[in-house]
Amino acid sequence: MSDLHAQTAPFVRDTMLPPDPPPAMQSGAVKWLRENLFSGWLNTLLTIAGLAAILFLVQKFLPWFLHSVWDAGSITECRAIIEERWGPGAEGACWAVIRERWPQFLYGFYPAELYWRPVLAFGLLLIAIGPILFTQSQRAATIFIALIAALTVVSILALGQYNVLALVFVAALVAVQVYAPRRLMIFTLLYPAVGFWLLWGGSVWVPVVAVLGFVLGWLAFSLVQPRGGSILAVVAAVLVPTFWWLFAAGPVAGALQGVVPLGIEAVRSDRFGGFVLALTIGVTGIAFSLPIGIILALGRRSDMFLVKTLCVGFIEFIRGVPLITLLFTASLLLNYFLPPGTNFDIILRVIIMVTLFASAYIAEVIRGGLAALPRGQYEAADALGLDYWKAQRLIIMPQALKISIPGIVSSFIGLFKDTTLVIFVGLLDPLKGITDAVRASIEWKGAYWEPYIFVGVIFWIICFSMSRYSMYLERLLKREHR
Amino acid sequence: MPAAPSGRGYDMTAVTDAPKDAFRLSMLIYDTRYRSMTIQIVVLLLFMAGAAWLVDNIVRNLQTLGKDFSFDFLWYRAGYDINQTLIPYTNDSTHGRALFVGLVNTILVSVMGCVAATIIGVFVGILRLSKNWLVGRIMTVYVETFRNVPLLLWILVALAVFTEITPAPNQFRVTEQMIAEGTEPEATMSFFDSIAITNRGTYVPAPEVSRSLGSFTVLDVPISLNVLAFLAAVAIAVLGYRAIRASASRVQEATGVRPVTWWKSLLMLLVLPVGLLVALGFHLSYPELAGFNFKGGINVSNALMSLWLALTLYTAAFIAEIVRAGIMAISKGQTEAAFALGLRPGRTMNLIILPQALRVIIPPLISQYLNLMKNSSLAIAVSYMDLRGTLGGITLNQTGRELECILLMMLIYLALSLLISSAMNVYNNAVKLKER
Repeated sequence: MSDLHAQTAPFVRDTMLPPDPPPAMQSGAVKWLRENLFSGWLNTLLTIAGLAAILFLVQKFLPWFLHSVWDAGSITECRAIIEERWGPGAEGACWAVIRERWPQFLYGFYPAELYWRPVLAFGLLLIAIGPILFTQSQRAATIFIALIAALTVVSILALGQYNVLALVFVAALVAVQVYAPRRLMIFTLLYPAVGFWLLWGGSVWVPVVAVLGFVLGWLAFSLVQPRGGSILAVVAAVLVPTFWWLFAAGPVAGALQGVVPLGIEAVRSDRFGGFVLALTIGVTGIAFSLPIGIILALGRRSDMFLVKTLCVGFIEFIRGVPLITLLFTASLLLNYFLPPGTNFDIILRVIIMVTLFASAYIAEVIRGGLAALPRGQYEAADALGLDYWKAQRLIIMPQALKISIPGIVSSFIGLFKDTTLVIFVGLLDPLKGITDAVRASIEWKGAYWEPYIFVGVIFWIICFSMSRYSMYLERLLKREHR
Repeated sequence: MPAAPSGRGYDMTAVTDAPKDAFRLSMLIYDTRYRSMTIQIVVLLLFMAGAAWLVDNIVRNLQTLGKDFSFDFLWYRAGYDINQTLIPYTNDSTHGRALFVGLVNTILVSVMGCVAATIIGVFVGILRLSKNWLVGRIMTVYVETFRNVPLLLWILVALAVFTEITPAPNQFRVTEQMIAEGTEPEATMSFFDSIAITNRGTYVPAPEVSRSLGSFTVLDVPISLNVLAFLAAVAIAVLGYRAIRASASRVQEATGVRPVTWWKSLLMLLVLPVGLLVALGFHLSYPELAGFNFKGGINVSNALMSLWLALTLYTAAFIAEIVRAGIMAISKGQTEAAFALGLRPGRTMNLIILPQALRVIIPPLISQYLNLMKNSSLAIAVSYMDLRGTLGGITLNQTGRELECILLMMLIYLALSLLISSAMNVYNNAVKLKER
């Protein structure tokens, strides 16, 4: 055996050799380049075309960006500075227009001494939605809220508009979040009234009386329910506040203001503009279009012929016409539709139209979510003996809304982008209204690109973060195991 | 045992569970048999009351303003000019005619936008999925940039590009002196000297025929017989092409060998349309610089160009995402199965992936087309005279009939939307999975 071995195998390696490195073409950067950029003639061609496109853009725009001027009083001054620094014929960006006019881009023609109010309203908005954004982690919510509160305080102080009450209020909200996180939801519910009051000002009793309507509705519900059952209670909870708002709220607010005059300076709607206007319309529209959309979607899937027909008619009509025509309706036709002599705020009209517009789209998205749920879920809810609303609330809606998150958020993004269309009914949106107003001045005549880029970047940041948040939410709520 | 329990038997057991009550008023609310009826009646009453309230308000408001509700103004003289019209129109025409011109303009920009956006969107969607890292990233940047910024901004930017950056017509001029010195003019026409992009509009070659068949008019709209003849020739060619393919398939079914038909198909597709064009003496009339402006060719206004460009790029970003999602929705097993059957990559795409992906792609694509059509009403930002510009703009301001104009405008847009969605739904039904 050993002889044979010695004859047939003169040499046997008894130690392992270290593995050879892979060939140069199959490793490291070269491999990555070959696989991702030059894996065939088509890919090579595409890579070269892509590189050429990037080079072209960089060559066109990089000098323009590098030759930026941040400090100048007018566009002619800007151009003079650019010529002086980079020689005659040089072109550069004149960001000085943004620096000079940024209050207009942000606040429109809101009174300058009251800038702290929109800032506070925006900060409070973020604090109010903090608990909703970070439902999964109390810590993240606290950090977010503390950060926003600090930023709000700093911004208000930086404006030089020292308002002790506002700062104490913000601090109190942070304390609530730290010590009794669930209680902050109360503020979230109250926020619409607070935000409205901060932005438009006026008597404090108007929002108080309006909120009182909801309290009355809740009281009516809890008083009627033990005696008359849920259906009568719901009817009472709808009727009582409606009557309150229609007939009693105005006089009561007036009387209270007469007895205890409390209020801040009122700001008229035509002073609104810029991102304050866009955010006011966008946020209100988003907040109200979701519940209306859910109701419309449920109505469209209802067994009741009449309810279904009305919902289908409404949804298809709204989805069939451009938003501009609805805005024109709001600005030109509402005088025909309302009793003679009534006239109400143009921003409110626009908000109503934008909300209705978005809710029709959201209804369709949610209908898709409802249709995507397996039939078994509905049957299981029935088998458990849940009535319609309990089944919707506990079983159907949580799943249907989860499926519809991407669609809902893209509707929200669409709504926010559509707030720029209000320029066509005479409101000063940041994109066209304010940039036109800025260009109308002699100093900044001809400043096209910088305002567009500035406004576009802000819209991009807001919309992109909304879409990223929806992706995060989708991952968070994913339940199926793969 | 009887095969099935009789209905009466069930009733007997049911009676012991729930004795039949006499009808009480509270059953309208608490009995599920009657509740939906009650709710519907309440809804109906509320709806009728709301409608009556609205109509009453409108009637009273119209009375106070001293106006009536009539569409007579559509037959009055319009008295304003429209710079871009596809059908004959002068300021002596009626408001109704202006409405029609606006509608045609809306349809024009919508169709142009849909076609271009589909082409760009499909390319971008496929390129975003490509294995090429660089191209994928570039396309992602394009899609995210265009999707997350308002369309109005793109329209305004496109308008600024066309009016501020493009050269004036006189910059195209080549003088004797320049030829002598050998210098180039400041601007040159693109695409082999056929298209001139200037700040006064874009000039493109106009198709013309030297031996025209004439035209006839329907409702004052001239319809060219040349175009009709060409369309008929194309239709016949396509029908013939399909017949050739069908007969080839029959031969393949019978014998297992597919006959070579590509030269027959090519001849079939080309001979008739090209022959007709040659017979008509078809040629392009190129724009030429004459005096201070270009003459000849078709002048496409900057308003239309910028609206078209912005609508196309904006919608293409959305279509790209739809196409990407559609292709990604097809599981990899389908590709692998196709390869296992021995299909080449091209045929895998055509026969296996695309037909399935189309089912996912078509429904959202329809709503993008609808969005594009509705977004074309943003023509207001560039003063392009679409339906909103004529009926909802100048006509409204001149006649002061807001109610009629806006209602009519909404109705027309609604009808267009329903028309597009029903047409596309027919197509969707044709490609969708035939189940059971």
